[in-house]
Amino acid sequence: MDINDLRGISTALLFFAFIGLCIWAWSSKRKKSFDEAANLPFADEELSQRTTQEEAKND
Amino acid sequence: MSELNAALEHPTYNYKVVRQFAIMTVVWGIVGMLVGVLIAAQLAWPVLNFDLPWTSFGRLRPLHTNSVIFAFGGSALFATSYYVVQRTTQARLISDKLAAFTFWGWQAVIVAAAVTLPLGLTSSKEYAELEWPIDILIAVVWVSYAIVFFGTIVKRKVSHIYVANWFFGGFIVTVAVLHIINSAAMPVDMTKSYSAYAGTVDAMVQWWYGHNAVGFFLTAGFLGMMYYFVPKQAERPVYSYRLSIVHFWTLIAVYIWAGPHHLHYTALPDWAQSLGMVMSIILLAPSWGGMINGMMTLSGAWHKLRTDPILRFMVVSLSFYGMSTFEGPMMSIKTVNALSHYTDWTIGHVHSGALGWVAMISIGSLYHLIPVVFGKNRMYSIELINVHFWMSTIGTVMYIASMWVNGILQGLMWRAYNEDGTLTYTFVESLVASHPGYLVRLAGGAIFFSGMLVMAYNVYMTTRKDVAEQALPAGAAQGSHA
Repeated sequence: MDINDLRGISTALLFFAFIGLCIWAWSSKRKKSFDEAANLPFADEELSQRTTQEEAKND
Repeated sequence: MSELNAALEHPTYNYKVVRQFAIMTVVWGIVGMLVGVLIAAQLAWPVLNFDLPWTSFGRLRPLHTNSVIFAFGGSALFATSYYVVQRTTQARLISDKLAAFTFWGWQAVIVAAAVTLPLGLTSSKEYAELEWPIDILIAVVWVSYAIVFFGTIVKRKVSHIYVANWFFGGFIVTVAVLHIINSAAMPVDMTKSYSAYAGTVDAMVQWWYGHNAVGFFLTAGFLGMMYYFVPKQAERPVYSYRLSIVHFWTLIAVYIWAGPHHLHYTALPDWAQSLGMVMSIILLAPSWGGMINGMMTLSGAWHKLRTDPILRFMVVSLSFYGMSTFEGPMMSIKTVNALSHYTDWTIGHVHSGALGWVAMISIGSLYHLIPVVFGKNRMYSIELINVHFWMSTIGTVMYIASMWVNGILQGLMWRAYNEDGTLTYTFVESLVASHPGYLVRLAGGAIFFSGMLVMAYNVYMTTRKDVAEQALPAGAAQGSHA
């Protein structure tokens, strides 16, 4: 076994890691949790408004 | 005690540090771009070097790059990452004091750079010119930044870590590693040091750093902005959350290998050059995956572009991102590089990314964020945002088009041979031929810079407590604030 075998093996490992990542990401099991995550930017308006209200009060 | 209980039951965000960094983004943007306009003018009219060492092109050019990348871009990244990490974890920054330290520490780094670079104190490594005492301060500030950012993620109130935070986190960790390894040096005295590496190894370490400064500082961090502010401004979640995960892991896995394309046809071993080229070409895939993900977020909301100049800033920045991430892999092909390397094409490519992508996504994000953190409904004038948008777009296009023309012209002139093997053109002939391009570049840069002045006025009026925002232009969309 020489360095070229290692190069081939590492390329194959990265390829399978990529395929694995895609399967993981597109599995229907995770759809619900990803939908929740994708909506996180819209989930905290109350907190942001409270922050600016408190700051206005303290001025 | 009751106050403490109230704070625990009803947490608030730390918007102060976001405000500080947001304002300094505008200030340093103006300073850095003004220096850029000056050195562009120096290339057109060398008399503007004034025959003084402190104002010569060689000293002001690193001042320009450092101030636009680290002062303007850095402040934009601090402001948006502190804002996004709080809003998507629903937790206040882990420490107000440490966050304040990162603000004042980073400003100290910028001032130190602005003093030492014109004095000619430099380690001569591109984008890492600052001497070792400043490098140590950068490392301390950066580790504090990592503690504040990741500490806030640890105490998050939601289970998921939103994708924007993955990009910001990847950027923070990688920049720490890059900076510490590339800045390793042996000090001689307070203002002079020698690199820990020698010869070709030094060059490779430098461009491993240099290209990943582009890949992580100027790309991953700003993609973090894109993944929060584009959905927020378009008022719909990102097109594909799954694609965003694949985007993140493939981008960071591939970017780190692309550095050798800066050293084509040098003493760097040929296999390393080819590896850098191949990895750079592969990089097109994750880059465009992310660009498409950002663009498609607008599907069903394209009509908003007609009335919302902030969204226009973001979409055009994504277009420039797509363009420059196509151009980059193409220029990394060795045969293309043989023509483009050392010419103005490279400078055009950099500014397509820097003005078109980095600056415009930052400007769009700031126009979204500034009214929120200053407790206003929207920016003082939507019309002025529109004016700024057109100035930025026209300025960028003039800049990169003139540099494309100049670059190809220079590359062709330098490689032209006569039948007897002598060069057809002297270097100075290519310089004379480049002069019109330098004038157009100067005009484009000056227009982009003037747009920043329009922004500064608009931001100033937005922050004033005694000024209400102007009426919306006819037909403008309501909403998309806070």
